[in-house]
Amino acid sequence: MTSQEFKDILYNGVWKQNTGLVQLLGMCPILAVSSSVVNGVSLGLATAVVMALSGAAIAPIRNLVPNEARIPVFILIIAVLVTVIQFAMNAYMYSLYVVLGIFIPLIVTNCIVLARIEAFAAKNPTLQSALDGFAMGLGLTCVLAVLGGIREIFGHGTLLSGIDLVFGEAAKSWVITVVPNYHGFLLAILPPGAFITLGMLIATKNWLNLRAERKLKGANATITPVDGGCAPAAH
Amino acid sequence: MLFSPFISKPDSVSAIMLKVLLALLPGIAMYVWYFGPAILVSITLASITALSTEAAMLKLRGRPIAPFLKDNSALLTAWLLALSIPPLAPWWLVVVGTAFAIAIAKQLYGGLGNNPFNPAMIGYAVLIISFPVHMTHWLAPHGLGDGGLVLAELSYAQQLQYIFSGALPQGLTLDAISMATPLDTLKTHLHLEESVQQILHMTIYGQIGGHGSEMVAWGFLFGGLYLLATRIISWHIPVAYLGTLFAIAGIFHLVDPAHYVAPLFHLFTGAAILGAFFILTDPVSSPTTNKGRLIFAAGAAFLTYMIRTFGGFPDGVAFATLLMNIAVPLIVLYTQPTVFGKKAQGDKP
Repeated sequence: MTSQEFKDILYNGVWKQNTGLVQLLGMCPILAVSSSVVNGVSLGLATAVVMALSGAAIAPIRNLVPNEARIPVFILIIAVLVTVIQFAMNAYMYSLYVVLGIFIPLIVTNCIVLARIEAFAAKNPTLQSALDGFAMGLGLTCVLAVLGGIREIFGHGTLLSGIDLVFGEAAKSWVITVVPNYHGFLLAILPPGAFITLGMLIATKNWLNLRAERKLKGANATITPVDGGCAPAAH
Repeated sequence: MLFSPFISKPDSVSAIMLKVLLALLPGIAMYVWYFGPAILVSITLASITALSTEAAMLKLRGRPIAPFLKDNSALLTAWLLALSIPPLAPWWLVVVGTAFAIAIAKQLYGGLGNNPFNPAMIGYAVLIISFPVHMTHWLAPHGLGDGGLVLAELSYAQQLQYIFSGALPQGLTLDAISMATPLDTLKTHLHLEESVQQILHMTIYGQIGGHGSEMVAWGFLFGGLYLLATRIISWHIPVAYLGTLFAIAGIFHLVDPAHYVAPLFHLFTGAAILGAFFILTDPVSSPTTNKGRLIFAAGAAFLTYMIRTFGGFPDGVAFATLLMNIAVPLIVLYTQPTVFGKKAQGDKP
């Protein structure tokens, strides 16, 4: 794998085809567990691991699986991997396992996993497939982190609450109180808050893309751009 | 001397909205008379928030600001929202609600004419879901304070102080100076196995509805009739809404008068009159066909009654409006009138 290929796959997964903001796949866990940063990042990372492993497991056998039977075979492999992750979390992070609950086994049915297997791992070599799965999962984790962060700040006025579920009792002091004596804004924690915040994030990404596009066009159109010419020097 | 042809210039959006605002004034006057001027503070706060949010959103969207600000529609949203939340609430409550209504429920959908939901009711729904405690403490009418309905009545200066700083006079809690709405009180006491007749003897109730609030409802009815007379709204929505609410409440009342309050009570408490003439008739989020309007309003009345009687919220008008707003495109689709000169749908060969 060339370094250009590496960069492309990573950029594709984290930004250009972000699962949460562009492909809009696997909305159910994105909306349901993003009520805090810790919940969101935990599920995002679990999904990323499953995606990387399933990419690595399916890519080598992609030529052996008959086309007609590929979906059940893929799903079985993904299910095995999810079960491994689930048992591991049950054993080592029990309280977090309880919080995330049904959404861990549901990673199997998360369409983003199967979608990447179908779209990428079934056609590409092992290493690239594993990286693609991980990059996609990382993109999802980023969205869940931002979404969870915004909802947590607006809803409870805190950040990183529940971090002790991951790192033990000692981590309780890591919780950041952003707004002291906050009344709480229940809507942000409830499902409508998830929809509204995700909508805002998608709008922000589209706006950033649009702005980048305009800048590119502006730079190409004028040979000696006054603004563009100064900007790189300033950096 | 007048000459034909008599071409009348249709009212602009701005003029219509101004007339609707005017029509709200009798109700607001009654409100001030019975409950004190705190409502004027919330109306002012809501108006300022609405106009500045509208201007900020228009600027962000790259639209001209002045013509849209002058159409008075943001002001109407602000007034309706301020009238549906308790006047004795911290200032940020009305500001958050109005900003949400204008920025998200109106401008994000494309501004005036494009919002599928009534913005004021979205603001109300957001507030009652997020801040149930602040949204259920209402001012008691004058003269019923001091041991009657509430333990103590605040002076206007004390009310202002509470709205802006959240501080109450020494020794008083929010519960001591506020009351639940007549509808809420009825529901609570029905749960305590009291009969409707016993409950209505409480000082909180007046001739038909709640003491004081029934007069506010009369004020809104007066303003609503003015809107009907000037043909700003058609009769379909108010008549279908109030008629259906009366009919459903009447049936329940006839079957079991001890548990279901009289239909007139339902018309004159809560936001029924305000909803029938001012909220449901929003030209943007209500159906455009007359048959559709009847269905829309009847459905809203049914939902209002169900939420009030069997639901957990103090009043059902806001949620009923929002739920029926969702159905508007479907209602309009199925109630298209036959175009003149064409055969009715059933006649097709």
